Amino acid sequence: MKKSYQSLEVNLTNNMKKVIHRRLSNTVLRLGLILLLAFTTSLSAQEGDPAKGKSLFNANCAACHKLDKKMTGPALRNVEARLAEEGLDRAWIYAWVRNSSAVIKSGDAYANKIYNEYGKAAMTAFPQLSDEDINNILAYTAFVADIGPDDKNPLPPVQPVKPGISNQIILGALAILFALLAIGLFLVNKTLRRFAEVNNDAAFLEAKEAASKKTSLWKAFLKNQFLMIVLAIFFLLSSAYFIYGYLSQIGVDQGYQPVQPIHFSHKIHAGDNSIDCKYCHSSARVSKTSGIPSLNVCMNCHKSIYEYNGETSAKYSKEFYDGEIQKLYKAVGWSDADQKYTGESKPVKWVRIHNLPDFAYFNHSQHVTVAGVACQKCHGPVEEMEVVYQHAPLTMGWCINCHRETNINIKDNAYYEKIHEELSKKYGDLSNIKAAQMGGLECGKCHY
Amino acid sequence: MKSLIKILAIAVVFVAVSCKKDSAPNYQFMPNMYESVGYETYSENNMFENGMEARQPVAGTIPRGVIPFDIENTTEGYALAKETLKSPIDSTQVDLEKGKALYDIYCGICHGNKGNGQGKLVKREKILGIPSYDDAGRAINEGSIYHTIYYGKNAMGSYANQLSENERWQVVSYVLKLKADLEK
Repeated sequence: MKKSYQSLEVNLTNNMKKVIHRRLSNTVLRLGLILLLAFTTSLSAQEGDPAKGKSLFNANCAACHKLDKKMTGPALRNVEARLAEEGLDRAWIYAWVRNSSAVIKSGDAYANKIYNEYGKAAMTAFPQLSDEDINNILAYTAFVADIGPDDKNPLPPVQPVKPGISNQIILGALAILFALLAIGLFLVNKTLRRFAEVNNDAAFLEAKEAASKKTSLWKAFLKNQFLMIVLAIFFLLSSAYFIYGYLSQIGVDQGYQPVQPIHFSHKIHAGDNSIDCKYCHSSARVSKTSGIPSLNVCMNCHKSIYEYNGETSAKYSKEFYDGEIQKLYKAVGWSDADQKYTGESKPVKWVRIHNLPDFAYFNHSQHVTVAGVACQKCHGPVEEMEVVYQHAPLTMGWCINCHRETNINIKDNAYYEKIHEELSKKYGDLSNIKAAQMGGLECGKCHY
Repeated sequence: MKSLIKILAIAVVFVAVSCKKDSAPNYQFMPNMYESVGYETYSENNMFENGMEARQPVAGTIPRGVIPFDIENTTEGYALAKETLKSPIDSTQVDLEKGKALYDIYCGICHGNKGNGQGKLVKREKILGIPSYDDAGRAINEGSIYHTIYYGKNAMGSYANQLSENERWQVVSYVLKLKADLEK
């Protein structure tokens, strides 16, 4: 009881200070309430097996209910204790879970109240759940509450040992060693010179003379016209080479990696969770553009996924990712607290990366659906990109090259039925046919 | 001294060339040949509210080749679809291969490629509570599946914009096949 008294005290002081953070004070209040309830009702909730209840809860209830968060249905933590306050017992819960609409039709006051409160969304009937199953689920909803507040002292985060440190030490030691060697050599050289000068060494003097003659060799070189012409040609050719290389990269955006308004990680979505590219870019199947998904596609999953629980790094922390999800909610106008759309949306200004010039025509569906080319062939390993960049140069030479090299799978492809006959007359065996032989090099296919 | 100037000039050129930033696009030869005069998909246009070039269809109009879906997005509508809605495609038009391809893209990620509610997102505990198709309490049929794909249900969103009408019915056929397999 001491603990709950303390938390109540916290509540009181919080209320007195009139904390602006409503959410915080709410959770503190709720925790205090839960603690109080946990002590009064823990006896009745101990019957079932919380571990079994958890798997049943995750399989059956979690689509619409969370323990501490309103979703399609209400939050379920300590639901039994809360229902007991309304004067409803376990038999009522059994009846509700197995067939909620029958309970509503029977005119039960609380059932109708909750039905209207949640927008008349009928709860799916679960006739297959036995009394024991429901007991287990209720035990799970009560069990976590018992240990929940006390369990909030997880192990201190272990500082990961940086693997780079030992390497850096070795490199540093090597650098110092080389520096010492260089200094040593320099000093040795200097002393030897001094010795030679003092002794008036003949060999040393000769070497000095030869060094002074080097300039005359340079002048001789300048006077030699043949060498000068060769040199000039060499310079002209190499500068032409560099100028050509410089000019041909103009308008090529390979490696372009802009900062997007919402940090959408393809690595998490397409890599870790292996969501198909076409799930979001669905119009790549059927139209010219691959399609930037409208935000309702994001909300297909992010109605349920409101926080990030995967791998993090110093740059991309959990707070960072959670903030990006909040940006999505703001743009699409979703109120996570009320689980409702507010109707105030604003467009997200995504920055286009892959952009062909206006004079070139490219059609996604032709490549994705008809030819069955993998997205990665042109876009690179997108499923590994935290921030997407342009993988391919998207130059004409690059297009043509692929059209020349790639075999077309013409068999069992209804699209090619007609052209198949004509081509087999012209080329005979069609097992090795390339796009180039079907007009894939004609100017008018892409430029018109 | 002269050679020093030359070396400096070369260095400046090298620095200028290597300054290309990856977060900004490269420059173009003739931008007016690169950039479209007409409005491109997803482009910006101040003529419209929000500056969005993409527009919703005018209220009350029906695009060519689209048959409006009359059943409402309510619990009653769901029940009505379950009772009355039948697939317009007959057994000769059902293409289970296509249905499977579409199902694996759009549905399998949560519902599992076998329809048992064990998709990748469920296994990774990102989204929970996905029912198996043979769930007795739901007892899904073609009408209710189509209604759910069209409007979504509970935490599931609508897939009407990702799948055309025919594609939706192909997926419905494939879901019914998965359900039959699960009930075996």
